[in-house]
Formats: sequence, structure tokens, C-alpha cells
Amino acid sequence: MKENLILKVKNLNVELDGKDIIKDLSFEVKKGDVLTILGPNGAGKTVLLKTLLGILPYQGEISWKQGVKIGYVPQRLPFIKDIPLNVKEFFQLKEISEEEIKEILNSVGFKKNIVDKKMGELSSGQFQRILVAWALVKNPDVLLFDEPTAGIDIGGEKTIYALLAELKKERNLTILLVTHDLSVVYKFSNFVICLNKCPICQGVPKEVLTPQILQKLYGQEVKFYVHHKH
Amino acid sequence: MDFQFFLSLICGIFIGGVAGYLGTLMLSKRMALVAGPLGHLTLPGIALALIYGFDVSLGAFPFVILGIILIWFLELKTKLPIEALTAIVFASGVAIAFLFLPIAKAETALVGDISKVSFFDTLFVSILCLLLFLIIKKIYSKMTLINISEDLAKAEGINVKKYNFLYLFCIAIIVALGVKMVGGLLTAALVAIPAATSRNLSKNMKSYGLLAMGLGITSVVFGISLFRLTQFPAGPLIILVSTFFFLISLAFKK
Repeated sequence: MKENLILKVKNLNVELDGKDIIKDLSFEVKKGDVLTILGPNGAGKTVLLKTLLGILPYQGEISWKQGVKIGYVPQRLPFIKDIPLNVKEFFQLKEISEEEIKEILNSVGFKKNIVDKKMGELSSGQFQRILVAWALVKNPDVLLFDEPTAGIDIGGEKTIYALLAELKKERNLTILLVTHDLSVVYKFSNFVICLNKCPICQGVPKEVLTPQILQKLYGQEVKFYVHHKH
Repeated sequence: MDFQFFLSLICGIFIGGVAGYLGTLMLSKRMALVAGPLGHLTLPGIALALIYGFDVSLGAFPFVILGIILIWFLELKTKLPIEALTAIVFASGVAIAFLFLPIAKAETALVGDISKVSFFDTLFVSILCLLLFLIIKKIYSKMTLINISEDLAKAEGINVKKYNFLYLFCIAIIVALGVKMVGGLLTAALVAIPAATSRNLSKNMKSYGLLAMGLGITSVVFGISLFRLTQFPAGPLIILVSTFFFLISLAFKK
């Protein structure tokens, strides 16, 4: 594999329940890239992430760089409210020390007293940040993030994207993120893949996201306005 | 306190305690639904054991295994919702049992009878329960992660199929042991109620497990003692005490 490449996908086909979810997808990811996977609901974005993680069966080629460590931030954990589990115990499921837990929670901006809070009682912003911290245990090279939710006031300090940008710089991360939020694509990523079952486009956001492509992707007129700072 | 009562108590405490502890892992809807009919499906096995004079748990065990295989297999093949399947399976179990179960033995089959356990029964049950406890303790954190999210667990490299199997195996043993004490109909309650009560009262996982175990033990102690006093069957009394604790916990729900 080329020195700089961290992931190579060739002719990926994923079928679930007899339906084609992903057809003939090929792309490459270089170290340090921020790749967004864009598409409407049901387009196969989460399926793609899970396939890259090795959780779902596929046909084709998925080659990760040897020895690469991957962290996964899922979209939601619906069952976690059912269990009396506090933050510390959640991290202990990964078998790390209390010191490491404190360190990792600090790096995403939490204070010490979060460890005793029940997972089910966290706000959505806090919960998302905890999931990011969870993914960062064991220092991954790549972060796979399924639909970061922007616009949630995380302690009034910074958005999830600011946090990700910071973490990326500090830890030299490569990030693959799934979103249907166009502004994220422009602001944050250097490469985009548009999915709507079949790959509709891939490339640099500015070039690739034409109104025509967006229409094909979302099935209706979508325009993107650049707001100038006044 | 006479020796027989003491044996029944010890036997019951071990079963009730481990059942309560195991119940805390039974969180997903699917698992909770599976536990119910597993008890009912043991009825033909219990019936056979009562007719031919061998231990009810021994009779129950192969049927529990059969029940587990049936339910998982049917779900895979028919894609029917697991609720429908469990209803079908459990009804069949009860129906088949009553084709040949002598009515005189019906009470023992349905609600259990812990009053005649021998010394060796108690010894065997205690050792088995201790082993079971150790296994559950070992798989506990991985099973919790699997319960939270199979995807996260798989991403961590956990062999989900293996742990689900081990977990079901533990359920099978506890159900088979439980029929001795609460019969074929109430085993699900033995496993589920202490955990439900504990969930209302616990702030973290550690207390969740310990409290459920404690509640399981306490329900058994009260239930069997009440049986001694009132001569009502112990099985139902244990479950009623357990339910009573649950109702109280609702008032204190955190």
C-alpha cells in the first residue's frame, strides 16, 4: 500500500436482506484526510461505516493500512438508558485504568465529576462527547463517526466539530464522518463521497457538490448559500 | 429449625441469588421474552421426571436446551417476531405436558416443591450455582457491552455469538434448577423480578448486580419461611414476596 494511504476500497458491494445497499464503491483515504460520507436517510451511510469496521459482510476489497487502529463513534445507543451504568463503569467495560479514564475525559473537555453520572442521564451533547472519548481510548489513528449532531450546546463552549478539529490536530487523526448536513461537508472535510445507494459523486466538496448532484442526491432542489461575515 | 427446612433454605438461597444476578443481564427485550417460555417448555420434562421418579431439574434440562435451540432456530428461519414464536413455543410446552401429566402431580410441576430436597441435592445445587456465579461474573462486562450495542461490542473484537451462547447456557441451567423451587410457570419471574426491582433502586452497575442478588436471596428466605408458617406452596410465595419488593421499589424509583 502506498506510504500515505490509510484505506483503500475497491468495488465494494454490500447486500442486506436481498437488497443492494452499496454498489461498486471505490475510493481511497490518505492519512490526515477528513472524508465525509454524504447522503439522504437510508442511502447506506451507516452500512458503509459498519462494513469498513468489519461488522457487516461485503464483496470487494477493503484494505486498511497494516496495524491501523480504528475508533468508532456510533450514532446512538438506544439501550443504554435501560441499564444503571455510570460513566466510569462504561469506560471500565473497555478495561482501562481510572487514570486513563480521567485523562481521556479531560481531553474531550469533561471535569472529574462526570464519572459518577449515570449514562442514561447525560444530555445529548454530553453523551456524544462521551462516545467520542470512548472511541479515543487506545489512541486510534482513524475515527469513524456516524452522524455527529451539530448545533447542540456542549457546555456553551464549542461545537462537536471544533472538538473534532482540535482532536485531529492533537492526535493526527484521519476522520471519516457520516452526515447529511451539507455545511459540515464544506467547513470541515477535504473529500466527500455522496451516496444514494450508488456512488453519485466523489471528490473535493467545492467541485463536486453542484446543484445538479445535490438534486440527484436529495431528489429535490437544494441550494447552498455561502454566508459572508458582516 | 429442622434439618430439612435448613436444606430447602440453603438450596433456595443459592438458586434465588444466582437467578437474581443473572437476571440483571437480561435487559434487551428479546432476552426477557425468551426467559418466560423457557420455563413453560420444561413442563413436559418435569412431567416425565415426576412420572418416572427422577429429579425434576434433570427432566427439565434437555427441554430447556431444546427450547433455546427451537426459539433461535425458528427466529432465524421464519423471521417471525420473537414474541409470536415464544407464545407458540410456550403454549405447546404446557399443552404437551398436560397430555400425560397425572393431575395429582400438577402442582409440583407448575409451581415447584422445594420441601423435600436431600442433602446431596443441596450440595450439588450449591456447587453448581457457585460455578454458574463465577461464569456469569466472568462474562458480565462483555455481556453488558453486547446488551448496550452489538455493534460496539463487535467493533471491540468481542465474539458476540460465543458470549450469547454462554449466556443462554447459564439461563438454561438456572431455569432447570429453578423449576425445583418455583415449577415450570414461575421461573421467568425468579430471574426477572429481582433485577427489575434493583434497576429502580440502583445508581450504578455494581449495586445493580449485588442488589438483584440480595433481593433474590431475601425473597427466597421470606418465601420459604412463609411456607413453613402457612403451608401454602413455597414457589408462589417466593414470587409474591419478590413482587412486593418490586412494588415498594416503584415508590423509591431513582
